[in-house]
Amino acid sequence: MSVGFQELAAAPPPMTSRLEGELLEISMGPQHPSTHGVFRMNVALEGEIVRKLKPVFGYLHRNHEKIGENTSYLGSMPYTDRLDYFCSMTNNWAYALSVEKLAGIEVPERAEYLRVILAELTRLQNHASLLGFLLSDMGAWGTPLMYAFREREKILDLFESLSGSRMMCDFMRFGGCRVDASEEWLGRARKIAEAFPKFLDEFEQLILSNEIVIMRTQHVGKLSAELAINAGITGPMLRASGVNYDIRKVDGYGIYPRFKFRVPLGDHGDCYDRLMMRSLEMRESLAILKQAFAEIPAGPITNPKVKIRAFKPPVGEAYGRIEGPKGELGFYLISDGSASPYRYRVRPPSFINLTILEDLCLGHTVADVMVILGSIDIVMGEVDR
Amino acid sequence: MIGTGILRGMAVTAKNFVGSYFDKERLTTVQYPEERIPLPENSRNFPFLIFDGEDAQAGLRCVACQICEKECPPQCIYIIKSKDKKPDYVGKPQFYPAIFDIDISVCMSCQICVEVCPFEAIKMDKVFELSKRERFDALLMRKTELAKSNEYYHEIHPIEAAEVDGNLAAAAAAAAAKKKAAAAVAATSAVTPPTSS
Repeated sequence: MSVGFQELAAAPPPMTSRLEGELLEISMGPQHPSTHGVFRMNVALEGEIVRKLKPVFGYLHRNHEKIGENTSYLGSMPYTDRLDYFCSMTNNWAYALSVEKLAGIEVPERAEYLRVILAELTRLQNHASLLGFLLSDMGAWGTPLMYAFREREKILDLFESLSGSRMMCDFMRFGGCRVDASEEWLGRARKIAEAFPKFLDEFEQLILSNEIVIMRTQHVGKLSAELAINAGITGPMLRASGVNYDIRKVDGYGIYPRFKFRVPLGDHGDCYDRLMMRSLEMRESLAILKQAFAEIPAGPITNPKVKIRAFKPPVGEAYGRIEGPKGELGFYLISDGSASPYRYRVRPPSFINLTILEDLCLGHTVADVMVILGSIDIVMGEVDR
Repeated sequence: MIGTGILRGMAVTAKNFVGSYFDKERLTTVQYPEERIPLPENSRNFPFLIFDGEDAQAGLRCVACQICEKECPPQCIYIIKSKDKKPDYVGKPQFYPAIFDIDISVCMSCQICVEVCPFEAIKMDKVFELSKRERFDALLMRKTELAKSNEYYHEIHPIEAAEVDGNLAAAAAAAAAKKKAAAAVAATSAVTPPTSS
């Protein structure tokens, strides 16, 4: 039934004579269990086929950027946790990175390793729970999601015993990290990382050869490499379309150039590729974790030159970006030399990846829209800010 | 053959179902109100004020410097400084907070107040069962509700509290040594007054 993406891109298919001009407009969301938050889509349907789709966001707008311009540099750090509440560690890192760029702060070796470890753990738990949510969008209610959450819970326990909070970690500081990890903590983390492939094998056995999953995801929501680049898509979604672009490799921020890992690439850019991409990326994250655990040196975790209070970076501007689990997360800061930034701008991966939702969904059924939306991997806290 | 993928998936669910009866790895949930997982040492929730000694209000370490009030990102702390000074637990006259309120419906548990406090007076609590029937006054913690003893702090964060006590003792010893040295210098200068020409 579905119309391929290529034909649609060439020319919009003509309406059937019977239903001409009589598209059924429905509003999906904002309180819809599959929209991953408060997100609304105005969908025009012909039968069950989507002919028009207009995303409506803003239900979760919290004035993040304006708050960032009115509070101190440090005061924005806990707010960044609330952007993408699944990956607070990587949000912290992106913000800390841009402030460090702005003020020219050095980060001690051990803190860099800790950051890599925490960012990769974040990637693991984000991708694991995404796979669970995606399956739950397809109708496999509960079971895969609970298996994924069981693993995620172990990583959240690690975060809690290190930073004090499970999701709102508020862990990074300018020029380092807030708390040092004990040997016992590193041992526990290493054990969890070592046991993780077992879960991945089991999860892949559970879903990846399942005929229903294959039928629901293959050739659904194809994204061409060209459109992906033009729309500014980043992260696993871009790589699933076959574009080799990983900021860990391109920018080499932090100490990533020291680690050996591969960048998995997709071929077709459909939902199945995006699903596989997450699974493969988790395995690469595990490879990075293994190297980081082996190499982590002893030493300080904070830069003693950085004051906690009355932190004032010099006049200037900086853009710091990292490869978050969802894509390129960047913070753009302009400093006028005072205690709060003159301009504070977030470049969220979820929001920009969501802009091509209509292109992906046209010609597919309503049920496929949920799968496509799930495979984009959005968190509304980051889309609306 | 079509259907084998589903069967392979079912094998995984079966393994998990049977395993949940025997394997702690596969059954990770606990029956919450009766059974509780102990919180990790670093766990944090909402701030409280530490007092030393017996009297909760007289022993407060807080000297109402209002640094936490200024640094708090969501501005949930409200402090009114006292007009007079009164002796703290070691007998040194200090200002004290006439009013110290924390609106825990606004607080986002970021612990920046703990980091900026130079007097080790505010620390993070671990209590999380704080549901109230009323959302305004009940969630506004006053000075009396916030004051908790140093023993309680030792109970919830043993390692951190021992470190803080060590730091405070070292600072007190350093201050005492300095005072002694200053007194000695004053004594020597009193013995040999500078000759005026």
